[in-house]
Amino acid sequence: MKFTEEHEWLRTEGDVVVVGITAHASEQLGDVVFVELPETGTEVTKDEEICVIESVKAASDILAPIDGEITEVNDMLVEDPGKVNEDPMGDAWFFKIKPADASQMDDYMDEAAYNTFIG
Amino acid sequence: MGDLQRTPLFDLHVALGAKMVPFAGYEMPVQYPLGVMKEHLQTRTKAGLFDVSHMGQVILRGASYDEIATAFETLVPMDVLGLGQGRQRYGLFTNADGGIDDDLMFANRGDHLFVVVNAACKEADIARMKAALEPAITVEVIEDRALIALQGPAAEQALGQLNSAVAEMAFMDVATVDLLGVECWVSRSGYTGEDGYEISVPASHAQALAQALLDMPDVEAIGLGARDSLRLEGGLCLYGNDIDATTSPVEAGLNWAIQKVRRTDGARSGGFPGSARILGDFQNGVARKRVGLVPDGRAPMRAGTEIFADADGGAAIGIVTSGGFGPSVGGPVAMGYVQTDFATIDTPLFGDVRGKRMPVTVAKMPLVTANFKR
Repeated sequence: MKFTEEHEWLRTEGDVVVVGITAHASEQLGDVVFVELPETGTEVTKDEEICVIESVKAASDILAPIDGEITEVNDMLVEDPGKVNEDPMGDAWFFKIKPADASQMDDYMDEAAYNTFIG
Repeated sequence: MGDLQRTPLFDLHVALGAKMVPFAGYEMPVQYPLGVMKEHLQTRTKAGLFDVSHMGQVILRGASYDEIATAFETLVPMDVLGLGQGRQRYGLFTNADGGIDDDLMFANRGDHLFVVVNAACKEADIARMKAALEPAITVEVIEDRALIALQGPAAEQALGQLNSAVAEMAFMDVATVDLLGVECWVSRSGYTGEDGYEISVPASHAQALAQALLDMPDVEAIGLGARDSLRLEGGLCLYGNDIDATTSPVEAGLNWAIQKVRRTDGARSGGFPGSARILGDFQNGVARKRVGLVPDGRAPMRAGTEIFADADGGAAIGIVTSGGFGPSVGGPVAMGYVQTDFATIDTPLFGDVRGKRMPVTVAKMPLVTANFKR
């Protein structure tokens, strides 16, 4: 699993990458009350804002961590945004993306580096 | 967090695991480990304890209550003279332009008037009272007392365990009550839309009182995050967001707070800052009004969201001044100002959320049923 400085996790699953937000991020956000996901099939560019996540405190964006095509989104989060707080690293994944250039993953941190990053 | 002040309950907040944030010059708990959502629901279903010690507590003394009240009426458009002993009222400091410089609570405590003002405005409020009222009236700033709010349907039962007399108090009553052996000034009021109390307690005893209440099974500590969503659902204004130096009380829908005796044709009509505009607003109506706004979808409409009459085109006809998620409503809630033509309950409007016009409906406030003990 890889981690971005934007507190996203990336898990390679066959030829797609599953993306979610870290437990640390979900804790910092507080209770999540609204999630807006991209459309399946959308071509996205690294650092493009593709999801909106709103907690009781504020709205924030999720950036596309890599270039690629969105192959699947987790519609359950739209119906039950609280899942992001319950299981951020598991069931509450946001989207799956087919990388255009898998080497972009190399820039990201491993778990140990991320844990150091969040202190 | 340098230069920030701490309330007498600071150590308790830290011990409870609160997340502390700077607020109005104080280090305050924004939430506890329970989280904003559960803290909100706890307050609506049982009882929540809030540290509001950052607010300003002021005593006004004079030769008699009537003299104090008459003087105070030059600063607020409220009936202070007619307020009964042991009763509290919501008030507004207005300015010469008829805007609102702060909102406050004031209580007739027999030989003095007890005033509670917002933290962010308290220095200016105290300066205003001193400039206008001294030397005939003494303005005594209370620095050695904490202020604790206990709110929710279980508040009466909880506080009643410490002194059963509080159960006899009606909404907006004030009384001097012995709690754990110290003299507390208790009002049956709050700012959550729930029944409850606000308790002014000597700073030296604040932690013991808070702890005694928190030890009760129905009471949990609640932070500023839930306080905000509770008051928003309750249709209550946050000074600086929903009312400010430019909004008249009539635009803000606070007409009820200005008693007839201070309005045109009242026995003590006018005589407060901005009376020409404010009384004119009563007579002539206003161009914009504060309304409740309930988004039809799930996306919150935050403060600053522009409101439109149509799904496409046209200029904005309003703006959200407070908005977020209402845990008791179970969806997004907001309040804001719209042009008076669009202020009727159930008017369908649109809010611009990230460039998309999302449907929103004008709604009656409070957005949840208030549970005051009248």
